[in-house]
Amino acid sequence: MLQRAPWHTYPRAEEAVSVYERARLTPLGDCAVVVSFGDDISEAINLRVRAFSSQLSEATLPALVEGVPAFTNVTILYDPLITDYEGFAAALESLIDRTPTEPTAVESRTVEIPVCYGGEFGPDLGFVAAHNDVSEDEVIAIHTEPDYRVYMIGFAPGFPYLGGMSTRIAAPRRDSPRAAIPAGSVGIAGHQTGVYPIETPGGWQLIGRTPLRLFRAERETPSLMQAGDRVRFHAISRAQFERE
Amino acid sequence: VKVLAPGLLTTVQDLGRIGFGKDGVSPSGAMDREALRVANLLVDNGEGAAGLEITFEGPRIEFTTSTLVSVCGADLEPRIASAPLLGWCAALVQEGAVLEFGAARWGCRAYVAVAGGIDVPEVMHSRSTYLRAGIGGLEGRALRSDDELPLGRIGAAVQRIMATTAENLGPLPFALTSRRLRDAERLYTSGPIRFLRGPDWEMLDADDQSAFLGGTFRVSPESDRMGHRLRGPVLRSPAGAEMTSTAVITGTVQLPPGGEPIVLTADRQTTGGYPMIAQVIHADLGTVAQLRPGDEIRFEETTIEEAHRAIRHIEEVLDELRGVEERASSGP
Repeated sequence: MLQRAPWHTYPRAEEAVSVYERARLTPLGDCAVVVSFGDDISEAINLRVRAFSSQLSEATLPALVEGVPAFTNVTILYDPLITDYEGFAAALESLIDRTPTEPTAVESRTVEIPVCYGGEFGPDLGFVAAHNDVSEDEVIAIHTEPDYRVYMIGFAPGFPYLGGMSTRIAAPRRDSPRAAIPAGSVGIAGHQTGVYPIETPGGWQLIGRTPLRLFRAERETPSLMQAGDRVRFHAISRAQFERE
Repeated sequence: VKVLAPGLLTTVQDLGRIGFGKDGVSPSGAMDREALRVANLLVDNGEGAAGLEITFEGPRIEFTTSTLVSVCGADLEPRIASAPLLGWCAALVQEGAVLEFGAARWGCRAYVAVAGGIDVPEVMHSRSTYLRAGIGGLEGRALRSDDELPLGRIGAAVQRIMATTAENLGPLPFALTSRRLRDAERLYTSGPIRFLRGPDWEMLDADDQSAFLGGTFRVSPESDRMGHRLRGPVLRSPAGAEMTSTAVITGTVQLPPGGEPIVLTADRQTTGGYPMIAQVIHADLGTVAQLRPGDEIRFEETTIEEAHRAIRHIEEVLDELRGVEERASSGP
């Protein structure tokens, strides 16, 4: 039943994107509403998503169950025993009215992820290098260069959809997925990079591993990374990995 | 409670882990929520107490203390000391009694509630087992032989019911109380599964829309707590469509590239990238949970208003069991 993490390409910031002038509401079944801010994967639209999410988390709507932010929208579950669809949609509309449309002031944290690249932790580092006609060290340099953006968390507990990887280290998925990828593995699939917070099957090319625990059930906020965070990878040695 | 044999897949479940979708955490919880809620109400637990979800082949469970127990949901032929135990009914069981199951006569998942609830530690505000992440329930896993499950404290009302029922004990190590839900079939739909159009319904062409509406699907053996895969008319229109990942919810009907729809259930992922063609209404999720591999499933479109009425109807059925305290004090 496991689904593949979809393979997205993330547009560069300068590309034109279509942000809706006003957020659109659509029912999802009889217990949820989707609030959409645009059609494309872009920083501008995701910024609106985050601004609305933070507004939602501070709101006191009696029927609100929970909100799940994604690239372009927020899906909000409600209790239909407390309100009907129209009533809940009206409450969301007024929340949208109170959300700044130019949300420049959204706080964003930077999460540093130490990674031990290559060796047994990154068995596909050589493949990614050869595929792009660069050295393994260059792959590491390119991977540790950008500020990545967490667009959303999904697919697995604490799994970040990161935007911002250079196309110079893009690589196709493995032909046959591995049955078990260890927690902390850092991988590349297409134009996307990610970190596996829990052990799971997967087809990504593995280039390294972090000693950080990205998902801890006992924490009040179990996922280390949250939508909107910035992420930086930095290389550490095997000895440093063991010490962490 | 001691597990003598685990059965096919027996897990501790409550009503799920709510509020952690943004962290990528599945809700988990009972697949047939109403069956667990009724089972809990019958033994005077809160509706959200943790019980056991039993899948198709039941376990053998020994009660290490005298208590109240109820079995709801699928009829997996529950029995104690070879005598049948009535479903949807609270029973007093004596210390040492062993609950066993026989043939699966109806449905797929049965729920056992024990007075006080299964008292495993809460993880993220829930006792539900989330198998894929290995959290919740008993050590994040399905039950095994020799597991012992702690029980919560029982209240005065339960003790009164136990004391009164004990007078009816015969040679068998259990006795039924008068607490039962009549006509439990009111919680299920015997007709087609009702749905609302999903955000990507319009991606289906006219032929595929009528195939979904008029077709008969079967639940594939590859189904599990994450979802029911459906075999039947293959829907081709949006095959291979590249979607931007977005949240999915329980009951979402996704259409992966193979063209065979999937109905997402309790252990579903929180987000997905496949077209979302339909959404099963909340009130029919219990019926879906009781489908077995090979069972037929058909779909019928409905409206939000009708779907909300169906939810209220279920609450009215449960209302018959609420207000336990008053009824218990008047004696069974």
